[in-house]
Amino acid sequence: MTATTELTSVNPAAQGQPIIRLTNVTKRFGGLTAVSDVSMEIYPGEVVALAGDNGAGKSTLIKMISGVYKPDEGHIYLADREITMASPMEARSLGIETIYQDLALCENLDATVNIFLGREPMKRMFGVFKQVDRRHMLTESKTVLDRLDITIPNLRRPIRQMSGGQRQAVAIARAVYWNAKLVIMDEPTAALGVPEQRKVHELVKTLKSQRVPVIIISHNLQDIFAVADRIIVMRRGQKVGDVMASEVDGDDLVGLMVGAGEA
Amino acid sequence: MALKATGETRDKNQQWGRVNAFLGKYGIVLILLAMILAFSLLSEGFFTARNIFNIIRQISFMGLIAIGVTMVIITGGIDLGSGSVLALTAVLATSLAQIQTSATLKYPGLEVPVIVPIVVALGVGALTGVINGSLIAKFKIPPFIATLGMMTVARGFALIYSNKPLSQLTPEYNFIGQGALFGIPFPVILLILVAVVIHVMLNNTPFGRYIYALGGNEQAARISGVNTDRVKIGVYTLAGLLSGLAGLVVSSRVGSGQPGQGMGIELDAIAAAVIGGTSLSGGIGTIWGTIVGALIIGVLDNGLILLNVDQYWITIVKGTIIVVAVIIDQRKNR
Repeated sequence: MTATTELTSVNPAAQGQPIIRLTNVTKRFGGLTAVSDVSMEIYPGEVVALAGDNGAGKSTLIKMISGVYKPDEGHIYLADREITMASPMEARSLGIETIYQDLALCENLDATVNIFLGREPMKRMFGVFKQVDRRHMLTESKTVLDRLDITIPNLRRPIRQMSGGQRQAVAIARAVYWNAKLVIMDEPTAALGVPEQRKVHELVKTLKSQRVPVIIISHNLQDIFAVADRIIVMRRGQKVGDVMASEVDGDDLVGLMVGAGEA
Repeated sequence: MALKATGETRDKNQQWGRVNAFLGKYGIVLILLAMILAFSLLSEGFFTARNIFNIIRQISFMGLIAIGVTMVIITGGIDLGSGSVLALTAVLATSLAQIQTSATLKYPGLEVPVIVPIVVALGVGALTGVINGSLIAKFKIPPFIATLGMMTVARGFALIYSNKPLSQLTPEYNFIGQGALFGIPFPVILLILVAVVIHVMLNNTPFGRYIYALGGNEQAARISGVNTDRVKIGVYTLAGLLSGLAGLVVSSRVGSGQPGQGMGIELDAIAAAVIGGTSLSGGIGTIWGTIVGALIIGVLDNGLILLNVDQYWITIVKGTIIVVAVIIDQRKNR
């Protein structure tokens, strides 16, 4: 417990109101307490890494923020307003965008269709028939990809034919297009080669520069230290550390993750 | 020199890539044209307006079912029940469209406007689709099993309803399968109309896009806010509706509704879709491809018969072509 207090510090970069605030959130599955009494705040323009060993409760915590699970106890506030989300769709409509580990893209469809999937813009043909506005989708996709400094030569190609980095870029573009207030990334570099990992890091920094806060779940210490301002460490469902990335090194982090010094 | 050589190889590779892409997209049309050319040379009667219309009319009801099953396969499902649903809707509809002097009159004294059997056939067809879709979406039953069940259940109901052909139908009813508008057989008009409407729907409506999304990555579609259950039920309902339409067309074409109609037609329809480039693993397929696939099956059947090829050989040729089409599809998607 002392470790927690010692290593908790305030982020000097964080300013103003938190975008999202969790207070004493708990989630149980039957007899198992997956997340226990966790409180945290995320500020604009902040990249927060959520670290922890397998089964530490990272994913469950994230899924409560992204609307997949409902907390059994505790509250979630989005910009000071308490929110309860019945579905991931509701979370998305509030501006909480999640990029899942398996990317959640339809590989048989092209980038523009994926960016707009579930929220297609419509136009009227001859003023009567409503139909999907593909041209609007293409121009908007170009705009958002430009904004993120992503080049994808042919937006009409199915995702299947793209590299892992390009896919991740499409997934991020899709999240950002909808004016995300908060972007959550689940192991964003897990399946990527080194140059593509770097591209994802750049994308995270671009988001940060646009003051969109990002929560990254990762095991990968390189990932964490490359992009995170702050690191929240989970162990056995509890938050055991909330530290500035600049103030710790890998050994400190691993120590927190596995509970060294507790014995 | 070395540099130049690699440059040339790259150009060549690019050219081959383009040729491959072209063949991937239009190869199927080339095969159809080659078949038409071959049969025209081999048989005098083949390339006549009468015979061509005959082929299209023959494939029209199978084509309707193939359009439905194409949508189903794009979502990653399958529909084995369409032939039986065709028979069930055929006997139901014809029992409401018999003339009073018919020898097999089911309901003496009952005379209803032609719209009644039409609505009944389409309604019952759609209902079987709602049942299929609900079993698959809500009860998580694999599409193969759910529609296999429908295949035997619908056939059973058709036989219980009438174990003999219901014939001698009203002229209005027979118009559906035998009539023509502007010299074009009515079933052909129906097929073209349905193909165009479904093509536009698949490409230009959210529902159509979700059908592809569902086959590509169901989980992704759900996370994106697509009501995947509703899309599934919708697709099977449309397929059932088209089976009902095919039931109307077949029974009015031959002037009788029979519980044995449409036996095995679901397999021809699936074959048409697959030959036309619809991927059985879902997410890929077009209506125009399926129509070309149906034409290939129709041309093959018709041409081989004109050449007096044994019926058993025709089934062997058809089976082989289906397998080859799947092999090509798998290589393309690798």
